[in-house]
Amino acid sequence: MTDLTNLGVKAIRDGVAGGDFTAREVAEAFNAAVADAADLNAFIVTTPDHALAAADAVDAKRAKGEDLGTMGGVPIGMKDLFATKGVQTTAASHILEGFTPQYESTVSQNLWDAGAGMLGKLNLDQFAMGSSNETSYFGNVASPWKKDGTNAAMSPGGSSGGSSSAVAARIAPAATGTDTGGSIRQPAAFTGICGIKPTYGRCSRWGVVAFASSLDQAGPMARSVEDCAIMLEAMAGFDPKDATSLKMDVPAWEAGLSADLKGKKIGIPKEYRMDGTDEEILKSWEQGKEWLRDAGAEIVDISLPHTKYALPAYYIIAPAEASSNLARYDGVRYGLRDLPDGAGLQDMYAATRAAGFGDEVKRRVLIGTYVLSAGFYDAYYTQAQKIRTLVAQDFEEAWGECDAILAPTTPTASFPLGSLDKDPLTMYLNDVFAVPASLAGLPAMSVPAMLNGDGLPLGLQIVGKPFDEQGVLNAGLAIQQRAGFDAQPEKWW
Amino acid sequence: MSVTREEVARIASLARIKMGDAELDRMVPELNGILDWVEQLGEVDTSGVEPMTAVIPNTLRLRDDVVDAIPETAGGRREDVLANAPAAEHGFFGVPKVIE
Repeated sequence: MTDLTNLGVKAIRDGVAGGDFTAREVAEAFNAAVADAADLNAFIVTTPDHALAAADAVDAKRAKGEDLGTMGGVPIGMKDLFATKGVQTTAASHILEGFTPQYESTVSQNLWDAGAGMLGKLNLDQFAMGSSNETSYFGNVASPWKKDGTNAAMSPGGSSGGSSSAVAARIAPAATGTDTGGSIRQPAAFTGICGIKPTYGRCSRWGVVAFASSLDQAGPMARSVEDCAIMLEAMAGFDPKDATSLKMDVPAWEAGLSADLKGKKIGIPKEYRMDGTDEEILKSWEQGKEWLRDAGAEIVDISLPHTKYALPAYYIIAPAEASSNLARYDGVRYGLRDLPDGAGLQDMYAATRAAGFGDEVKRRVLIGTYVLSAGFYDAYYTQAQKIRTLVAQDFEEAWGECDAILAPTTPTASFPLGSLDKDPLTMYLNDVFAVPASLAGLPAMSVPAMLNGDGLPLGLQIVGKPFDEQGVLNAGLAIQQRAGFDAQPEKWW
Repeated sequence: MSVTREEVARIASLARIKMGDAELDRMVPELNGILDWVEQLGEVDTSGVEPMTAVIPNTLRLRDDVVDAIPETAGGRREDVLANAPAAEHGFFGVPKVIE
């Protein structure tokens, strides 16, 4: 029998439905692979029993001839930002250590309803704040990839670094991610996998630990475009419990996949040719244009003039929202409480938050508090929200000239853990190409393109019109078919 | 614009995060680095531009005016609400004495 851990979502689902193997065999194979991969530190907790129970339910349904669901028999990793009933949910923070939700997030429930099971809760940057997975209270996540000829542990990207590491290492066929300013796309690019952030509002935020509510979106991370389409279809959908949820039907993205791009125009934004972008990244971008042209698309030059202001605007808006969202961690209702001897309520708040938040979280809460404070609100926050309007208008104008946009996902390939963590600003620049689409709420995907000269994966990003996940997936599929990316990290863990 | 050590201490107090001297010393240059960098937003002429309020056009819905319309967010779940409290007493959240 083939090694089941080499299979993706579609192959597992179809194989279980066709009787090639049982869901239990799949769950057992992945549970064993997870147990064998502690060196990656991709999981905060593992839940092998959850995966087995879901698998047994699918096998029992098959025996009775019932529908197995669109993810029937597929065990996945769940980013530890989604509330899972009865299973610790931490957002990789000390302040939520031990927190055991009494309810299930809408997105995870949708996946279980579609027949998926859970291998465990995946590590991430603390409260999803980070681009390298070095801010987790539960330790760094290592990428399964190594730079050729070196042995240093590499960053899996962030914040969905547990997700990207697990999927690239084939200890999970797919995983959930969340993307506030690139947290699905950048880790996908660093590890040679696919990941899509849908249009803001497609996936319910109910039960997702909030970072920046106007930006946060969940999405799938998997090794193929088809697998992302299947999983996104299962995750998305209207939810009356989320006031920003889109009241729209979920399109049949899997059935609608087509790599024929005849008649489509793909825009190349000139402002994304930035100083400091790696030569090999620029080369992969050129190659991407060729691939899309080969698929029938017309390549057109476009301009997104406010691109350079998107990242600084994001680093006002996201911390501002975070400082407000994270006010709930007060040591009263859930999570950590630090009550020094004789302390009053205010001292307890301050001590709890000092002990419970990591450095990057504190930094962002302070920035957010500052830009929202009296006297500075207009100069920082209002100005940033105006620039956000301009960034969104740039895209609206571009849609007059093209159907989707092709750009690099990141300005560089992955870097060794510990090499950038001393300088917050350099770290923030990782998301320079990812943030504009986040500010505009647009669907965007990263697809692996090639390995660079160091043997590290590079990703290409496709940004689409609002609600046009299908167009994004189709362009991604056209790249996937032509890139033929089948490189795998050599097992060292 | 840059912030002084005293200002950072004041922001930390507003954010209810206790910070010692060493941490403040570390935080001041880091915050100033970030604030210097976002300063470039001042270059952009935003006169006549409305600040964004909703990223995707969406109407705010009203739910049916029915008690406990959505079971998961309905009342009657005191034990669930208190289940993760660091201190729960007599069916309430426990906090240090507030009034002398």
